[in-house]
Amino acid sequence: MPYKEGSEFFSTALKLLIAGGFGVGKTTFVGTVSEIAPLRTEEILTTASIGTDDLSGVERKSTTTVAMDFGRITISSEYVLYLFGTPGQERFWFMWDELSNGAIGAVVLADTRRLEDCFAAVDFFESRGIDFLVAVNEFDPDYRYEPGDVRGALDLKPEIPVIFCDARDRKSATGVLISLIKYLLETHVDSPSLENGAPA
Amino acid sequence: MPGTPPRGTPDDEHWFDDAAGKLIRPYTVSGGRTEPTMRMELLSMVMATGRPVHNQLGPDHSMALGLCAEATTVAEIAARLRLPAVVTKILLCDLVDCGAVDTRAPDPLADPTNPAVLETILNALQRRL
Ligand SMILES: Nc1nc2c(ncn2[C@@H]2O[C@H](COP(=O)(O)OP(=O)(O)O)[C@@H](O)[C@H]2O)c(=O)[nH]1
Ligand SMILES: [Mg+2]
Repeated sequence: MPYKEGSEFFSTALKLLIAGGFGVGKTTFVGTVSEIAPLRTEEILTTASIGTDDLSGVERKSTTTVAMDFGRITISSEYVLYLFGTPGQERFWFMWDELSNGAIGAVVLADTRRLEDCFAAVDFFESRGIDFLVAVNEFDPDYRYEPGDVRGALDLKPEIPVIFCDARDRKSATGVLISLIKYLLETHVDSPSLENGAPA
Repeated sequence: MPGTPPRGTPDDEHWFDDAAGKLIRPYTVSGGRTEPTMRMELLSMVMATGRPVHNQLGPDHSMALGLCAEATTVAEIAARLRLPAVVTKILLCDLVDCGAVDTRAPDPLADPTNPAVLETILNALQRRL
């Protein structure tokens, strides 16, 4: 019923998820790559959504609603890409079901000082078969890890890219999205047409 | 209680008591309904039809309609109204029901991993570097 014939004035909205623990730089990342100032939408947490967890814990500020920041990038007259920064904790997974439905892929942002904060996001995407890469947001150069260390700590499959970025830097953050799309192309295309097209 | 009494059956158990302050307004806005009348997603597109509306629109419906002048997403309307997504969906469904707004859900058959689409995205991103 919501479908409207002859609605060619509607462009198609595509989505990518930017996931990770609290304070890892999701909002920063979304704002850096977005063509609009990041917008915020809220979902209401219901008792049904959170099972038996009691809310009076870690994130007092979000006892009633969960905020998601999002931005957009116009791709063409036909497509608009939306980026949703989604809180990674397991108790927000109820929101992820809608969000991940139809998502092209995901970026898991990681902070090497608190790598365990992105375990839940990695688990979620693996269990739903959503392709993702891990982008380590480098807050403190002294904490520099090697990609292999991150891969090992997160127990990632060997094909999953691990890259480093600065979420505040447009080129760096856009580069993360480019790496993700290239990875998705590798994953989904058997055709050799890429070999002469895409830059390495 | 200001405004119209809630229609539908409010499921009070559903909401957190300590959140009453924050939840009363969305609840009032949506006329007490807790579910949209049709499936609408954050990335469903909406656009005003320009058709005249015969029933009187309340302020929240009018504001939502005003934000639909150009095709946009439910998520953007929610953000600009500063209302929770579910409440925004209820308002927009009302506007669809009265013919003021057209909507299109994301195509469930569109394959987001279609290589041609991915190539288009890649090119657009590379131009932004
Ligand atoms: N040094 C440094 N700080 C960052 C970086 N990315 C984000 N921040 C800061 O870290 C804080 C948390 O970032 P935010 O984007 O709000 O995290 P979120 O909770 O994941 O959305 C903010 O104060 C940012 O300015 C980064 O790459 N390097
Ligand atoms: Mg944030």
